[in-house]
Amino acid sequence: MNGLKKALGIFWIILGPASIIFMFMQAIEKVGLAPEGVAKTNTALQWGIILFIFIPISAGLVVFGYYALKGEYDKLPED
Amino acid sequence: MNVEPQKNSIFKVIGASSLGTLIEWYDFYIFGSLATIIGSQLFPADAGASALINTLAIFAAGFIVRPFGALVFGRLGDLIGRKYTFLLTLVLMGGSTFLIGLIPSYSSIGYAAPILVLILRLIQGLALGGEYGGAATYVAEHAPANKRGFFTSWIQTTATGGLFLSLGIIVLTKNLLGAEDFAAWGWRIPFLLSILLVGVSIYIRMKMHESPMFTKLKTEGNISKNPLKESFSNKANFKMVLLALFGATMGQGVIWYTGQFYAQSFIENTCKVDFNDSRYILLWGIAFATPFFVVFGSWSDKVGRKWIMLTGMLLGIIFYRPIYQIFLDDTDVSQVTQNDIKEVSNPVVTRTLIENTSDSLITTTSQVTLLSGASFTKVQAHTKYADLSKPASIAPDAFKDKKLSTPVFWKFVFLIFFQILLVTMVYGPIAAFLVELFPTKIRYTSMSLPYHVGNGVFGGLVPFIATLIASFSGSTPLSGLWYPIGIAALSFVIGAIYLSNKKPDHGEADH
Repeated sequence: MNGLKKALGIFWIILGPASIIFMFMQAIEKVGLAPEGVAKTNTALQWGIILFIFIPISAGLVVFGYYALKGEYDKLPED
Repeated sequence: MNVEPQKNSIFKVIGASSLGTLIEWYDFYIFGSLATIIGSQLFPADAGASALINTLAIFAAGFIVRPFGALVFGRLGDLIGRKYTFLLTLVLMGGSTFLIGLIPSYSSIGYAAPILVLILRLIQGLALGGEYGGAATYVAEHAPANKRGFFTSWIQTTATGGLFLSLGIIVLTKNLLGAEDFAAWGWRIPFLLSILLVGVSIYIRMKMHESPMFTKLKTEGNISKNPLKESFSNKANFKMVLLALFGATMGQGVIWYTGQFYAQSFIENTCKVDFNDSRYILLWGIAFATPFFVVFGSWSDKVGRKWIMLTGMLLGIIFYRPIYQIFLDDTDVSQVTQNDIKEVSNPVVTRTLIENTSDSLITTTSQVTLLSGASFTKVQAHTKYADLSKPASIAPDAFKDKKLSTPVFWKFVFLIFFQILLVTMVYGPIAAFLVELFPTKIRYTSMSLPYHVGNGVFGGLVPFIATLIASFSGSTPLSGLWYPIGIAALSFVIGAIYLSNKKPDHGEADH
């Protein structure tokens, strides 16, 4: 199980930035598709909020992956 | 320190903590439940759908600031104590809710109205961020280690109880005043009522004592000097914060918000079920499922927290799409035949002049009752051009205000009950789970952040992101479900692999 925990650490490290890149691409596409005027501003605002809150969370996922890779979760304090 | 309080004293602690938390949830939910009306009253009248989107954005803002509230009040709670911190959050929440009920409409004060709503909503979010961690910590620190799941699960019922209370008061007010008066001014009553509820709760909480564990730490001079630094710059603690977020609260948040919020929004806005029916369905579902918070909380004291929570997530991943497909199929009236119809009311025809043209919009509305007992309003609309050589353009028939037949109504109640049962599985044991991960001196701060990021950000954005996904081209009404399913699946995998299933030790010492 510890081997799996470490191996998946690489996946979490990749998943963090990958999810942000995906969200950026979606944001660019959806804002571009929105009609000019209030609708475009509204769409840009919505995606801005989503990116603003998910960037630090994705960074947290990278740190989680790093800790997993380093074996920090092999033995938890409560085990 | 093992705390074995008198049984009646622990129930006093639970009662006082739960009442305040329930009222905070009530305050928070009435805004979400009345988002459409608030959108039409406090936002520009000509903005149409954007008024709702703006309100949802503010709703989201309320959730986004929750993690910040968790940091601000969590730090305070670890520095000055649990009791005074969650008294402060209660005052802030109740005051903001009351003031939302007093904001004049957009037609009276213009853009000051939505700006005031936004400010008060942000304060509500901050207060909620500080409340839950305090109440859960306070109860857990009074409870014996082998019954933490049972005792803290009462706090967990308050979120659902607050929703139940808010829906009940909204439905009652609307029925007493009538739909027109309710939309015009009656929606303010649930907000104004909050001040009475908060007053009672403040009185009760003032009489409570500080948590025994915090008092002991304070007496020994062991209170944390800098809870934020100790929580997040200490690797041993920070790795547990991350594990709690990704392996538990993230999945728990989306299961919770899908079952209790997205379900009602879907039934009302996508399936076009009548306002009252959609709320009655949720009320019955909540009433039947709420006792299971305590059942699963208590069971987690015996078998451990992990697998109860993860099973709730797994069942959501498997069953969400089939459940929502049933909602859609059972409310689809487009294929109704003449043989199914019992009665059709006389059509009401209205003609409206389209602004800046000489063209008219002609709307024909009729009430259709089916042999099954179900009914709906059918709206046919076509544009008649002033230029008679142009043929009239006819819009597809629209159906709204659907009332369900009795068997379908109870089938929907069961499906909502099932979703809330999953909520009780993921949510019942979570407070005890979080409390046990962190040491007393930085517990309030450490447990509040993952809880509110998981619930506020991942969970709170379920209606917003699911609606956004469902509006993409090529999407179906069920596409929005991929967000909660995806997040729950990720959390399930992380939780299953990385969390341990510690069973509480009856002689366990608290750290």
